[in-house]
Parts: sequence; structure tokens; C-alpha cells
Amino acid sequence: MSEPKASVTERKIRVVVAKPGLDGHDRGAKVVARALRDAGMEVIYTGLRQTPEMIAETALQEDADVVGLSVLSGAHMALVPRILELLRLNGQQNVKVFLGGIIPDEDVPRLIEMGVVGVYGPGTITEVIIQDVRQAVSGSAGSSPD
Amino acid sequence: MTLVESVLAGNRLALARLLTLVENGLPEGWAALNELYPHTGKAHRIGITGAPGTGKSSLVNQLALFYRQGGNFTPRRVGVIAVDPSSPFTGGAILGDRVRMRDLAGDPGVFIRSMATRGTLGGLAATTAGMVQVMDAAGFDLILVETVGAGQSEVDIARLAHTTLVVEAPGLGDEIQAIKAGILEIADILVINKADRPGVEATERALRNNLQLAHSAPRSFQHHGHIEVLSEHPQKDPEGSIWTPPILKVVATEGDGIAQLVDAIEQHRKFLEISGERQRRELMRIETELENLLRDTLVARWRTTIDAAQYRAVLNRMAARQVSPWQAVQQLLDGGEG
Ligand SMILES: Nc1nc2c(ncn2[C@@H]2O[C@H](COP(=O)(O)OP(=O)(O)OP(=O)(O)O)[C@@H](O)[C@H]2O)c(=O)[nH]1
Ligand SMILES: [Mg+2]
Repeated sequence: MSEPKASVTERKIRVVVAKPGLDGHDRGAKVVARALRDAGMEVIYTGLRQTPEMIAETALQEDADVVGLSVLSGAHMALVPRILELLRLNGQQNVKVFLGGIIPDEDVPRLIEMGVVGVYGPGTITEVIIQDVRQAVSGSAGSSPD
Repeated sequence: MTLVESVLAGNRLALARLLTLVENGLPEGWAALNELYPHTGKAHRIGITGAPGTGKSSLVNQLALFYRQGGNFTPRRVGVIAVDPSSPFTGGAILGDRVRMRDLAGDPGVFIRSMATRGTLGGLAATTAGMVQVMDAAGFDLILVETVGAGQSEVDIARLAHTTLVVEAPGLGDEIQAIKAGILEIADILVINKADRPGVEATERALRNNLQLAHSAPRSFQHHGHIEVLSEHPQKDPEGSIWTPPILKVVATEGDGIAQLVDAIEQHRKFLEISGERQRRELMRIETELENLLRDTLVARWRTTIDAAQYRAVLNRMAARQVSPWQAVQQLLDGGEG
């Protein structure tokens, strides 16, 4: 306890970390989840083998600000557009989507064009991701249900 | 449509947004709760508590599945609030309960919300109560609240819930801890999960012994300073029996024993109705809710009136052992020298 808190209101960044697709490694996703937690964010961790439908549903129920996806299988060009579309259908077009994993350079511009905010390869320093997440969220007003 | 109207009309995004407003303690959240309040009070609230890793989330998954698939019941809409601890150092949290609830994905009759404790002492209870009320008003007939068993929080959940399940598992060596924390005293139903594991009999024996200790006296709650007796004379139903918490063995990963557990929950629900205990608990819960809110509101209001430098000066005096905490409070409230 240092300062008295200004008020009881508290705005936490809520991030859904998910692994769509069938590959079975979530080590990278867990590292990012912990880093975001250590940066003071609330990370909803969903585990392996999530379908795009499951991810969108989780983002909705949790009123997520951010969805972080980890894809190592190479199926990102199929999975990511589907997830973006479902978020939009649910009225969550304001949710910031980040993507990590093994993503060929030539796919990155197309993913950004689709609406992905950031793409990160293996070995990205987590500080960079944290910075980007913070910046992306501070620039948006949140989704509206109508 | 206003946010409240959308929630009442079954809009899931509106529900999610309102839960956030309530969780963050925002004025719009409180205003919405005012509007929703007349629509609340229909749901049966079930608390699920127990030591970390005993299988609470797996159990919530199975319970919700069972209620949704019917059996002897008409499928009910199930709301879940899963609470995990925030890091006391960074304020962040990893909320991992959903990992065990994936069987519920894709069911529009289920709504799962994860929640961090956010280190708000006492405030957690008020916030959780608010979120439960939102789900209640949104038409969920059954609301399951999972909390990590760690002291005061279970008691708060017990106040919030109609039926409290305390989950134990063999081989955790927490039989002793359980008595210390007084956790058995809040149990309406005791669940020994992981009954597929060795050591079930020992756990059951330990629980049975401790349960007799815990429930031999009238049930009481520590309630603002003094102990309040919950049931001075054990409530009698028409058959003349009193509620003794049953001990049930389940395997949450497989679903074994879930039907019996649901049956026990239903029996407890009936007991609450017939004995009048439900109303008594409701009154106590409402009073606690009011007290908590009153305290939080008073503190928040007072904080806006106090100058940060003055607050810090008193803290420093306390740190230098010039004033005691009690004197510090007096100085802050009365502006006097204590
Ligand atoms: N053998 C066995 N393992 C189980 C059973 N139920 C749960 N588990 C396992 O126990 C571990 C913890 O289960 P959870 O459901 O996450 O437990 P929890 O109490 O919700 O855990 P926290 O929320 O972290 O406190 C997981 O690995 C489960 O697969 C069971 O009946 N038998
Ligand atoms: Mg859990």
C-alpha cells in the first residue's frame, strides 16, 4: 500500500490467449500469457485445440479487449480470417487480434490487411508484445452491444 | 435499446459488457443493477469451493453438462462465474478455469465468465454478488460460482450461495487444513473428487470425523463483529429430519457420481424451501450485501475528501512508530492528533 486508491474503479486489460488448430504445443502461448499477467493484465487462458467458434465465444463471454492467437501448424491463413469474421459477426470488431507462431513473411501483410494488429515470430521479446497490446487497447473505446 | 433492455432480451454481448461494468465498479454498472434488481431472485446459486487443484472447474463442467442435458430435469440455463486469484505483485492474473470447461462450448444455454480477485479486500464479495445478480436477471436459472478456497472468501461465497459445495480430493494432505480454515462448516454438500485415486477411504474417514465436529454445534457465522447463530434450533422439515451435509464421491473428469450430486443439490434446495432456511439465508445475505456496500461507499467517498499528502504523512508517522494504527485512523478521520 503506497497511495490511497483514487476510487474503486479499475480498468484491466483482458486478453484471451488461445491456440486454434491441431498442433499440440502451447509453450509459447504460456510464455506470452505469463508475460502479460506480469504486465498487470488479466489473461483468460483457454488451452489447446480451440476452434475459431470456441475462441470467438470466449472473447464474447469474457468481454475481451484483446485476443492473442498462437498458430504453429501453418493453418493461420484459414483460421485467422474465420476468427476475425466471427468476432465481427458477434459485434466485437473492436477486439484487437494479435498473432504469434511460425508465420511466413509473405503472409504478414495480408494478415495485417485483414485486421490483425501485430504478428510475432518465435523469439520475439515479450516486452514488445506488451507495448503493442497496451498501445492498441488505449486507442479504442471498446465494443458496443448494439 | 438500453444496455439493460438488451440484457433482459438475451443479448449475450450486452450481458458481457454489463458484467464488465459491474466488475469495474463503474457508475453505469451500479445504475444498471438498480434497474435489474426487480428481475433478480429467481436463480438457484451454487458455490463451489475447495483447495487449488481439487477439481472444482472439472466439476463445474460436469454439473453444467448434466443440467443442460436434462435427465429428469428440463434443460436449465446455466451461468458460471469462475474466480481465480490476481497476482498480489503485478495485479495481473491468469484465469485458467475455462480450460476444464470446454465441453460447454457452443451451448447458448451456458455463459461462463472468468474473474480475478483483484485484491479488493471485501470488495470481491460485493462485485461477485453484483455479477451474479446480472446473470440472475438475464434468466440463468442456475448460477455456479467457483472460488479458490483460501480463508474468508469461502465464507463470503457461502453467504452468496444457496447451496455450497466444498470439494476435497485424496492425497492433497489438506484434511487438517480444512478443519483449520473452518471450511467444513460452510459445506452444505461435501464432494470428494478424484475418487479414482488412492486414498479415498482415508479422506472420507477424516472428513466424516471432522464433519461431526463441525456440525455438532449450531451453525454460526461471524457477522460484523459478533457471532450470529444461523440455525439456533436445527431446521426441521415435515419428516422431522435436519440437514446433515452428505459426503459424495465423484470423478469429475469422467462424470461418475454427478447424477447423485445433482440429486443431493436438489434435495438441499427442497430442504431450504421447506425449512424456511432459504428465506433466512436470503435475509442474511442481503444484510451483508448492504453492510459491504455501505462500507465500500463510505470509504470511497471519504477518500475523495482526503488529501494524498496528509494521508502519506500519517502513514509515515505510523511507519516511524510515532502513532499506532488506531491513532492513525483517528487522525485521518478527525484530523486530530489522536
Ligand atoms: N484423476 C482425476 N483427476 C482429476 C479429476 N478431476 C479433476 N482432475 C484433474 O485435476 C487437475 C485440476 O483440475 P481442475 O478442475 O482444474 O481443478 P480446480 O480445483 O478447478 O483448480 P484451480 O481452479 O486451479 O484451483 C486437472 O489436471 C484435472 O484433469 C478426477 O476426478 N480424477
Ligand atoms: Mg479451477
